[in-house]
Amino acid sequence: MPVSKRLNAGATIGYMELFGHTDYDFLGKKWPFIILSLILTAAGLVSLGLRGGPRYGIDFRGGALVTVTFAQRPPVDKVRAALSGKLPQVEVQEQYGKPNDLIGTDVQEGAARQTIIDSLTAVFGQPANGKYNVNSGGVDALAEHLRDPLQAASVPTTDQSLHDLAKNIIDYRTSHSGLIRNLDELSSVAGVTPQVLNVLKQAIYPESFAVIGTEVVGPKIGAELQRKAILAVLYALGGMLVYIAFRFEWIYGAAAVIAVFHDTIITLGLFSLFNKEISLTVVAALLTLVGYSMNDTIVTFDRIRENLKILRREAMEPLVNRSVNQTLSRTVLTSGLTLLTALALFLFGGQVLSGFSFALVCGIIVGTYSSVFVASPILIFWHNFLEGRKGPAGIAPVAPKPSATKPGTTPTGSTPGSARRGTAKVK
Amino acid sequence: MKRNIKIKAGIIVAVILICIYGIVGVPKSKDELIANWRKNIRLGLDLRGGTQLVMEVQLQDAFKAFADTTIERLKDELKKDNIDYSDMTRNEPATLQDADKIEVDIKGVPLAKSSALRSAISESYGEWNLLAVNSTDYKLTMKPTEALKLKHDTMTQTMGTIERKINGLGLAESSVQPTGRSDAEADLLIQLPGVDDSAHVKQVLQTQAVLEWDEVKDGPFQSKEEALSKHGGIMPLNTKLVPSLPRGGQQAWYLVGRSPIVRGTDIRDAHASQGEVGRWETNFVLSQDAAKRFARYTEANIGNRAAIVVDGQVISAPTIQSRISDSGRITGAATQEEAADLGLNLRAGSLPASMVILEERTVGPSLGADSIKEGFRAGTAGLIAVIGFMLFYYRRSGINATLALVLNALILIAALSYFDATLTLPGIAGVILTIGMAVDSNVLIFERIREELRTGKAVVAAVDAGFSKAFLTIIDTHVTTVVSCAFLFIFGTGPVKGFAVTLVIGLIANLFTAVFVSKTIFDFELSGKQQVTALSI
Repeated sequence: MPVSKRLNAGATIGYMELFGHTDYDFLGKKWPFIILSLILTAAGLVSLGLRGGPRYGIDFRGGALVTVTFAQRPPVDKVRAALSGKLPQVEVQEQYGKPNDLIGTDVQEGAARQTIIDSLTAVFGQPANGKYNVNSGGVDALAEHLRDPLQAASVPTTDQSLHDLAKNIIDYRTSHSGLIRNLDELSSVAGVTPQVLNVLKQAIYPESFAVIGTEVVGPKIGAELQRKAILAVLYALGGMLVYIAFRFEWIYGAAAVIAVFHDTIITLGLFSLFNKEISLTVVAALLTLVGYSMNDTIVTFDRIRENLKILRREAMEPLVNRSVNQTLSRTVLTSGLTLLTALALFLFGGQVLSGFSFALVCGIIVGTYSSVFVASPILIFWHNFLEGRKGPAGIAPVAPKPSATKPGTTPTGSTPGSARRGTAKVK
Repeated sequence: MKRNIKIKAGIIVAVILICIYGIVGVPKSKDELIANWRKNIRLGLDLRGGTQLVMEVQLQDAFKAFADTTIERLKDELKKDNIDYSDMTRNEPATLQDADKIEVDIKGVPLAKSSALRSAISESYGEWNLLAVNSTDYKLTMKPTEALKLKHDTMTQTMGTIERKINGLGLAESSVQPTGRSDAEADLLIQLPGVDDSAHVKQVLQTQAVLEWDEVKDGPFQSKEEALSKHGGIMPLNTKLVPSLPRGGQQAWYLVGRSPIVRGTDIRDAHASQGEVGRWETNFVLSQDAAKRFARYTEANIGNRAAIVVDGQVISAPTIQSRISDSGRITGAATQEEAADLGLNLRAGSLPASMVILEERTVGPSLGADSIKEGFRAGTAGLIAVIGFMLFYYRRSGINATLALVLNALILIAALSYFDATLTLPGIAGVILTIGMAVDSNVLIFERIREELRTGKAVVAAVDAGFSKAFLTIIDTHVTTVVSCAFLFIFGTGPVKGFAVTLVIGLIANLFTAVFVSKTIFDFELSGKQQVTALSI
């Protein structure tokens, strides 16, 4: 091919590449992949069906979620035993790589927080001996509990110094995952002299666990959030379909939306399979994956549209295959780089982001795959279907809309904006 | 050509300066720089820690109260106009949705007085429609426009009261606003940054603080039954039975006048102070108008008792010793906090309706700090990996891409600061997709330039063609995503909206950086040389 010859001739242009000119027959081998897609989609649906829909977090079904961090995490069974009987339907979950436990309940009231704290104190708590728990409450409460003991020990204090001391201690607690394990740790805190430390030991004690987060969502709000989120996503998909239909042709829009649906169902299926909860944050991740997969599909479609203009004689399947190959290095690079970021988030992103980044990692892999093996075959099937009906004339190449920019028929053809001005001056 | 590049470079430098100004202002010291950064980049409660409440205002309370006032006024007026009636009551809408179905039944009006009643209603009760049920019975229903107005006024008043309560508690940066959901007009979103134990705040917010100074007719009684039996089983006209605040397991009942002498809305100021024996009490000052009424009443009733009723419970029932004009005190608080809270609630004014908590989220500051720390670490690791690869793979052109990426992030942060937007976890999701698409734009352009180079084009022509061809693709991917964001913004709720906003800002920034800025840098690099034969890409 002349292309490769010129490539050799232009040896002065030095660059490294993962894929030079490739010619893999992706769409010739489409059937195994289409079957794989169908199986994965079906598996996702079955898994969702067996479990009665996605496992919604309390954001969507209502309930209370209390996050507790322990100095030394007791076995989950013991935590469960401590809570069972006190609250109906308590779920206790471990948090990977963290000394935290997530404790979810279906209790529909804020009292769940206090019940959980009381039950945990009864089983795992330290003897208070009338002291104040430094692992609870804020600056003001701590300051109030320190005022009298400090004065009794004749440590000179003003309101300001008292507030500063309490604030330093609470800041220390905040920067140590919300838990002070031993009062001796506090000797490094500004304002804590040996004398003060002695007073602290008389007045306060560190409980062996602390509540670091609570969420209580009423059932009414939950149901509404669920409905709203689903509606918003459906409208957004509809909007994208219309825009792509306007810029390309309606079948392109349909193919892109089907591909995105495919990705979402498989990801939801994976969530169901790994028994992960769908929270509002996960919904944000699903939106990200929809955006990502759509982006990927449009890049491929764009190349198909361009090739349809240049290579009018070529049959649809080789043309689509050529387009996929031409965009292959871009696809692999972009997916690889975004996957890198998502993986970093999944591995180092901490507990709050774990559901989020899990959805991203799944979404990027499935989204890249679906552009090639779901969206593109749909175009071919539709084209073949039309040809079968109308004879060889078939689907007309997508003519760019008049409203769009003028196609670059010559390599340095006119395009809007900066590129155009730049080109004109170069000449 | 040189001039063209200069103009473009000028635009880019201007954008950078505007962005930096938006983020850190013009700091004179390192501390000021950090302070400005903290002020401009507002983190959501899920990142910085705090409590978020969604409360539903029970609008039906306001409607019932409005109907009660109407009944009171109407009874007086009908008496004055010599219009007889046998009974006047209102119905009891149980839920928020039924609030505007409030009705007042007027029964047993003689036929001859029918037109007099009509004109009385239409003259001074314009909020109501009068319907004849039969020849002697009538029904008042609320006009839809008036019902809407009452709802709106109730919400405005509630928000004002809550704001005053929050400020009184010294919770800086807190906010109260409607949730903005069209079908949840009675919902309020209350955000309390830094509050990680919400029990006290919730208690203060939910206290309606309806203070009344009532005339004590009889009592105290041990129980409701005792009070009733003393009056022959029937409540005397224009009275009501009110329980006292339970103290030490004891609760007493008082028979008090139905209309209060002074209402909570008449209070000008209230503060906690320590009384003679060191016990905490709440002193309050009445407004001028109420003070006159109160002075008149107390002067005429020396030796009688008056009950201070807060939220339907008698706090105390002191004997009136002398004429009291504009100030009074409420004793019996167990702690300083209780007295201070009561003062705060009285100062803030009473809530026109009670409130129910629908949703409560508390993120401890340590959890928020962990999220930021870990998110930042992961983001940095991801970004370094991406930039490292781009520099390795695209060499000199990789610098272009990196500059574009950094500028994109800068514009995004500056835009959030200029729009006063808060950055939440879903917002960070938007940022991640933005970075993904920014990387993609650069890859698309560079791969396209390489393709053009492969066809044997000269470097300058290949760069131009690469940019112009990739531009079409980039426009399509970006506009599609912006379209979807528009729908997400219109139909989505809070977090979904946050995602959409950051993503749209990021995409617009990306069009500027990946296409305009990157191209300008290429032009600049290529313009200096006479004959460009090699491109590091």
